Amino acid sequence: MNVPQDLKYTKNDEWIRVEGDLGTIGITDYAQEQLSDIVFVEATLAVGESGAKGGTCATVESVKAAAEVYLPVGGTVTKINEELPKSPEKINQDPYGAAWILQIRIADPSELGGLLDAAAYEAYCRERAS
Amino acid sequence: MAYLPHTDEDRRLMLQAIGVARLDDLYEAVPAVHRFPELDLPDAISELEVAAELQALAEANLDVRHNACFLGAGAYHHFIPSVVDAILRRGEFYTAYTPYQPEVSQGTLQATFEYQSLICNLTGMDVSNASHYDGATALAEAVILALNHHRGKRHKVILSPAVHPHYRETVRTYMQGLDLQIVGDEDPRRDAAELARRIDGDTAMVAVQYPDFFGTIVDFTALGQAAHTAGALLCVVVNPLALGLLKPPSAFDADVVVGDGQPLGIPLSYGGPHLGLFTTKQEYVRKMAGRLVGETVDSRGQRGYVLTLTPREQHIRREKATSNICTNVALMALASAVYLSVTGRQGLRRVAELCYHKAHYAAAEIARLPGFRLWNQGAFFHEFVVACPRPVPEINEHLLEHEILGGYDLGQVHPSLAGHMLLAVTEMNTKDEIDDLVAGLEEATHA
Repeated sequence: MNVPQDLKYTKNDEWIRVEGDLGTIGITDYAQEQLSDIVFVEATLAVGESGAKGGTCATVESVKAAAEVYLPVGGTVTKINEELPKSPEKINQDPYGAAWILQIRIADPSELGGLLDAAAYEAYCRERAS
Repeated sequence: MAYLPHTDEDRRLMLQAIGVARLDDLYEAVPAVHRFPELDLPDAISELEVAAELQALAEANLDVRHNACFLGAGAYHHFIPSVVDAILRRGEFYTAYTPYQPEVSQGTLQATFEYQSLICNLTGMDVSNASHYDGATALAEAVILALNHHRGKRHKVILSPAVHPHYRETVRTYMQGLDLQIVGDEDPRRDAAELARRIDGDTAMVAVQYPDFFGTIVDFTALGQAAHTAGALLCVVVNPLALGLLKPPSAFDADVVVGDGQPLGIPLSYGGPHLGLFTTKQEYVRKMAGRLVGETVDSRGQRGYVLTLTPREQHIRREKATSNICTNVALMALASAVYLSVTGRQGLRRVAELCYHKAHYAAAEIARLPGFRLWNQGAFFHEFVVACPRPVPEINEHLLEHEILGGYDLGQVHPSLAGHMLLAVTEMNTKDEIDDLVAGLEEATHA
């Protein structure tokens, strides 16, 4: 299981890469593994729309299940990965790279404090696997 | 002999388990006077007598074999080649319920795949699902698709007043409790240009019918453009049989095309079962309810059929589903697929042409009668409206004496259309029948 050190994580298996006041969001390697083959992904917020921490920002559908993706922290959408819906299998292949879902301008950086670091997230995944 | 599977001992054990002494105690909550009403049934009769009685009852019905039928309004009397029934009644199709392990039912999947392919071909759309119950529920599902496409951010749906009144009612029933305005159909004379003016940034979908409920053929190209400019979807309700002759609604850049497949090989049967057609563009395929069968190759390179989109309402999306109906009408879909296969492109065009020409002959003859006037503005297909000099129910009563089923009383749809009759003419109506209708209408004005 791949858990990059430079990202923050949620217990809903989203990751966020923070660069200044921007945050890029996707779902983790553990999540894609659990969902199996991803066949559909769609951002449910448009560029310019805002959402609160924990609000739905995307839907991911695999051959087994549908899952919502929630905002790790509140913010306003600045960019959406338009290429991803055309090849949703990228979530399986490269969940932390090509399969970023959207980018937000973080509304309140103090919300980042509540997220898990790589070690804590990895421990959380292991706990669930056992 | 009573066909009850439980023995006295079974019942004693069940009562004991729930702590009730006697079976009758379970009915204590029902007021005594209603508990065992006197049924007053006649004595039992033999099978021979039952058959005779049912036959007599059946013969008391009016039917289209013994009466000339000019009634349409959503259900049409067409010829059904006998091969349709011969295939439907094969045990493999007739008895099969939903294949819950679909891939072992290759024949059922292939039939559905061919149905979908034929319907896509006919409508010009990218994808067809495996069908819904009827045209009305298919339209309601189209509205749901549009609302989900806009993620609930748009709150208005425009319905043309020339969409079948029952379909509009069904849409309103489906949408009860949603924060949604359903507008546009207040005045039955509102045309496409007026509908276009009502489109705004809050409009999720505009739905029209082609040919419309009154039989008129309208070009919706401009309406489609107006809808798309505002980001709204265009839904076209079709009579699939008319598409044998008319350009497909994909020519209007329709986003969703729905309709009732009954004219394609399905009998009138006093109201059902019908067949709900549902087609859309590729980009909306995952917003579509129901199931979709696809063709693929297996590990040995052989052609095979699979449920490409399973009933996601049950399996994948579950509580996140956007529709809770994944039932299709497989047998009726098969009927229409067989019908389309045996008629073929040329045959379907020929049926549509017969309907068109016979309807136009009838309309021209009726329009010549004093007091009758053709109401449709512009081209019509096989249905048309005539303004009548007497109330429609009175005219129909007179026609019935001559074994003619007259037209639909449009006063039922809108008070301003009282005295207007919607007449349908199909390939089943002979010239003699049409001449009898015209004579009957003329007589009715003097009767």
